[in-house]
Amino acid sequence: MNVLAIDSSNVVMGVAITKGDTVLGELITNSKKNHSVRLMLAIEQLFIDAGIKPEEIDRIAVAEGPGSYTGVRIGVTIAKTMAWAMKKELVGLSSLEILAQNGLYFNGYLCPLFDARRGQVYTGLYRSNSTEVQAIESDRLILLTDWLAQLQSLDQPILFLGNDLALHWDRIQAFLGRQAVRARYTENNPRPSTLAFLAQKYPPVEAHAFTPRYLQLAEAEAKWLAKQEQKGQENGSLHTKSDD
Amino acid sequence: MGETMTKNTMILGIETSCDETAAAVVENGTMIRSNIVASQIKSHKRFGGVVPEIASRHHVEQITLVCEAALEEAKVTWNEIDAVAVTQGPGLVGALLVGISAAKALAFSKGIPLVAVNHIAGHIYANRLVADMHFPLVALIVSGGHTELVYMPEHGVYHLIGETRDDAAGEAFDKVARVLGLPYPGGPEIDRLSREAENPIEFPRAWLEEGSYDFSFSGLKSAVLNYVHNAEQRGEAINKANVAAGFQESVIEVLVEKTLRAVGEYGAKQLLVAGGVAANLGLREKMTAAAQKHAVELVIPPLKLCTDNAAMIAAAGTINYLKGVRADLSLNANPGLQLT
Ligand SMILES: [Zn+2]
Repeated sequence: MNVLAIDSSNVVMGVAITKGDTVLGELITNSKKNHSVRLMLAIEQLFIDAGIKPEEIDRIAVAEGPGSYTGVRIGVTIAKTMAWAMKKELVGLSSLEILAQNGLYFNGYLCPLFDARRGQVYTGLYRSNSTEVQAIESDRLILLTDWLAQLQSLDQPILFLGNDLALHWDRIQAFLGRQAVRARYTENNPRPSTLAFLAQKYPPVEAHAFTPRYLQLAEAEAKWLAKQEQKGQENGSLHTKSDD
Repeated sequence: MGETMTKNTMILGIETSCDETAAAVVENGTMIRSNIVASQIKSHKRFGGVVPEIASRHHVEQITLVCEAALEEAKVTWNEIDAVAVTQGPGLVGALLVGISAAKALAFSKGIPLVAVNHIAGHIYANRLVADMHFPLVALIVSGGHTELVYMPEHGVYHLIGETRDDAAGEAFDKVARVLGLPYPGGPEIDRLSREAENPIEFPRAWLEEGSYDFSFSGLKSAVLNYVHNAEQRGEAINKANVAAGFQESVIEVLVEKTLRAVGEYGAKQLLVAGGVAANLGLREKMTAAAQKHAVELVIPPLKLCTDNAAMIAAAGTINYLKGVRADLSLNANPGLQLT
């Protein structure tokens, strides 16, 4: 199977093309500069450099979030549009699950992490049996301090992964001390080639209906729902819009 | 396939600058083959206005669906599409990026040219879908986001001669409607209510300096708000219809007066009106009467083409395409894109 993998969900932007078991090419940048300008150009260039035609691709794999709303939308829109237009299979994967793969050979827990501002992080808990990385706790948006309090009860070392550790490492160590292990260098970059291989384990989804995984409602929507709930309670009604 | 001497130009247009996800196929810049609009108005109604993040999310949900529907309804295959035209701006940046990302993916996947279109040029070219354009012409674009007076000596050449210095006309309609407790979107409600008025309230007109083609609606808006608040403080009930009509008359009088003055000064053969507010019946009536008096041909597209749609983007994109203007895969959204 030939796969095109796209990840623009966070600061690291990556594109890879794999053919069977081989990585034909992979492009990774860790720069905040404009994914909207660079992503489609990168895909075009990689096809040229890898010496393969877009028609020869069987499947498109994309990082579906969580991450920067705009970044996720750029990658997801390009992936679903290409999949629809070229009649290719589409698979979306958690951006955190992709990053967690970098800890495949770590003996203990894996905690991939992206900063989500205001003290919050996008994170999840994974564990490897050295052939496969499996989710232990689902991906979430959470206050880092709340998350660390939960992790304190774990009995084994935890490998933290992600470039945003630079912002949070002091706090993580303050909570977990030597139980916390910090991933280094390349392990902090989610790899699009990893996404390409991982995506082959999952069934394809319908392109039209495919949407990002934001892990939270738009702010206006959340406020609106809260207000509806309040109104419902005031009216003595048990039924609220949110459980429709 | 038999090639004839004059090949038709078939453009797929994509528009996502605000709260409509739209795709359309237009032939030769004049004939609508399909015009699909997935409106988000119901979703945004809850908030009393367009929420940018929610608009962007809806665009991702709809974008490939509207493209597919546009091709199917047009009964064309990808082989017949000459280029993809997409709105580059002005508009909401996150919303624009969904349409642009999709358009780039299509241009790359299908190996066809990509053409960037200015949303305002799109509104102007909505007119070409209902009538021939005669140059020189003057176009008034009035919507929730824009109030612009444009002079065009020929196809694809735009001179901005006047614009709003504060609120767009449609924005003023929405704000006044909110104060009057009318449902969103407020423009059509004010237009409807105005018809019931017996004694429209006299509100000021903002003419600005002598000879200026610019507009200003914030002073008028404040005058209306003050009027309503003063009445409230005195415990008096206001006649909503009279307030709505007085406000609308003030907006329309300034729009019509300045537009017709531009028609005279630039020797325009044709006057185009476009944008969401062009659906306003009061504006249509006054503009029609004024155009007759000045003996200039007036074109106002039907409602469906006044509000945001992708047929207008395909129509304007056809001009760029035929002029050889191309965008590449680095195309970015430009929320403040100027008309040049
Ligand atoms: Zn518009």
